[in-house]
Amino acid sequence: MSSLSRDDVAKLAGLARIEMTEEELVSLSSQFGMILDAVARVQEVDLTGVKATSHPQLLENIARPDVVLPSLSPADALSGAPAQEEQRFRVPQILGEAE
Amino acid sequence: MIRQSAAQMAAALAAGSTTSVELTKAHLDQIAAVDGQVKAFLHVDADGALAQAKAVDEKRKSGEKLSPLAGIPLALKDVLAQRGVPTTAGSKILEGWRPPYDSTVVTKLKNAGLVILGKTNMDEFAMGSSTENSGYGPTLNPWDLTRTPGVSSGGSAAAVSAFEAPLAVGSDTGGSIRQPAALTGIVGVRPTYGAVSRFGLIAYSSSLDQAGPFGRTVLDTALLHEVMAGHDPKDATSINAPVPAVVAAAKSGDVKGMKIGVIKQLQGAGYQKGVQARFDESLQVLASLGAEIVEVDCPNFEYALAAYYLIAPSECSSNLARFDAMRYGLRTGDAGGASAEAVMSATRDAGFGREVKRRIILGTYALSSGYYDAYYGSAQKIRTLIIQDYAKAFTQADVLVSPTAPTTAYKIGEKVDDPMAMYLGDVATIPVNLAGICGMSLPAGLAEEDNLPVGFQIMAPAMQDQRLYQAGAALEAALLTKWGAPILSKAPVLAGGK
Repeated sequence: MSSLSRDDVAKLAGLARIEMTEEELVSLSSQFGMILDAVARVQEVDLTGVKATSHPQLLENIARPDVVLPSLSPADALSGAPAQEEQRFRVPQILGEAE
Repeated sequence: MIRQSAAQMAAALAAGSTTSVELTKAHLDQIAAVDGQVKAFLHVDADGALAQAKAVDEKRKSGEKLSPLAGIPLALKDVLAQRGVPTTAGSKILEGWRPPYDSTVVTKLKNAGLVILGKTNMDEFAMGSSTENSGYGPTLNPWDLTRTPGVSSGGSAAAVSAFEAPLAVGSDTGGSIRQPAALTGIVGVRPTYGAVSRFGLIAYSSSLDQAGPFGRTVLDTALLHEVMAGHDPKDATSINAPVPAVVAAAKSGDVKGMKIGVIKQLQGAGYQKGVQARFDESLQVLASLGAEIVEVDCPNFEYALAAYYLIAPSECSSNLARFDAMRYGLRTGDAGGASAEAVMSATRDAGFGREVKRRIILGTYALSSGYYDAYYGSAQKIRTLIIQDYAKAFTQADVLVSPTAPTTAYKIGEKVDDPMAMYLGDVATIPVNLAGICGMSLPAGLAEEDNLPVGFQIMAPAMQDQRLYQAGAALEAALLTKWGAPILSKAPVLAGGK
C-alpha cells in the first residue's frame, strides 16, 4: 500500500504554489494511498526495451516565414489584468523580505 | 421546430420557410423555459446570438452563397475562448474573464455562419467524471434530473439532449465528448488528435485534448465536424492534410463487407447488464447489415486507466501553472506588501476546486525527481504498448467497437468522494486519447433496468474519421427502423419546455 504523509502533501502543495488548509492536507494524504496504488499498476508490466511516447504525433520543430502578423493591441492584452499601471501588468512584490 | 435535426433546419432555412432569427429565438425560448432545471449554460449570449442570426439572414436575402450550417444555433463548451464573451473553463479562477481573442474553432464557427447561443457548463478545466466538479454547480441529465449528464462536456451534451441547441461543441481528453453523449442519448465525436485546432482551447492535457462535435444525428455531427476541422498554422500539432470526407460517409452509411472488431477487454465484467445487452444487440444489427464481426485482443488496455491518470495530471500540473494571478483571472491576497509567491498560492487555493488541486498534486508528484521514471516514465511506455495494440487490431478490422461507458448515468453526488470509482467511468474511452485516434458514441437504446440511454462506441485509425460516420450512420438508420422513433422521443418532456 502506497502512502503519502500530510507533510509530503504539504511539500507538493508548496511546489505547486497552492495554499492548503490543514483539513485539505489531511484529506488529500488519506486519498493518495488509494490513488497511487491504482496508478502504480503501470509498473506491473515488463517495460524493458519499450520506448516512451510523449505525444501521439512525431513532432518536429515547425517554423513559419518571419513575417509580421497582426497581434493583440496593448489594451486587449491588458484587458484581463488584475492590476495594471502605465500600460504594464502590475504584480506584487517579487524581491525582498518574502524569502 | 426545435426538435428537428440541424440538417432539417438547414433545409428549412435554404427553402425560406424559416429564418435564423426565428430559429434562434425558438432556442432561446427553450433555454429560458428549461435551463433552470438542466443548468446546461453558464452564460447565454442572447444579444450576440440574435445579431449573428440577423446578419446571416441578411446575407441569405442578398443571395450570398452560405455554408450548409449557416444560421443554425449552437452551444459552445466554456473551454473555448470567444472574444468578449465570459470564458471560465468551469473554474472560479477565470470568473469574469472575457478573452481578447477568438479560438480557431470559434473563428471557423463564425465564418460558417453558425449562431453561438452561449457557453456551456463543464467540470473545472475538464477534470472529472460528472459536471459535479464545475465551480458553478452541476448540470443535470435531461433524462433524469437527479443524475449526471456525464464527463466533462456535460453542459454541451445536456443542451443538445434537452433541445436547447441542435448542435454543440465539446472537448475530449479522456472521453469527455463520447461519455456524456452516451449518457444523454445523443451523438458525439472525438476527432483524430490534431484534426481540430487547439488554439484557444484552454489546455488540460495537451497531448490528449481535442475539441469535437455533438449532434442528435450522425449526419448533423458530421456537418459540424467538417466546419471545425482543418489545418491551423496557430497550432503546431494541427495536421496539415485534407479533412476526411465525413459528411459523404454519414450520407452513405454502408457497412457491407466492413470488418468490425469487438475489443475483448472492453466488455463483460464491470459493464452494467443493460449496457452490455444493448451493445450486443447493436452488434447483431451491424452483422445483419452485412458487416463481419471479429474479436480483437488489446491486452495492454488493462493499464490504460492507470497510464491516463498519470499522464493527464502530469500535463495538467504544468499547463495550469499559467494561472498565476499576474496577467488575467483571479488575484487574491494582494495587500500589505504580500509577496508574489504568497499571492499566487492564495489565489490558486481560492480559485481551484478540489479535483483540480488533487490532480495538480498528483501530477507534481509523478513528475518529481526520484518518482519520474516509476510513474510518468512508465505511463509513457504503456502509451506505446496501447498504440501497438491498436495498430495490430486495425490490421484485423476496419473499425473497433465497445460500449462507450460501463454504466448508464449515475446519481449526482454518488461518486464525488470516491475518485477511483469516478475515474472508472472513462475506462472504455481513454485508450482512444492515449493513441491519438478518433472515436464516436451514438445511442444504442435504453438499458432495460433503468430506462436510461446506452452509448455504442466506434473507433477508427488516425485521420480515418469517415469510417466512424459510415458505420455510425448504418447502425443509426437500422436502429431507427427498429425503434420507430428517435431515442430522444422517449425522454421526459421538461416542465415548461417543448
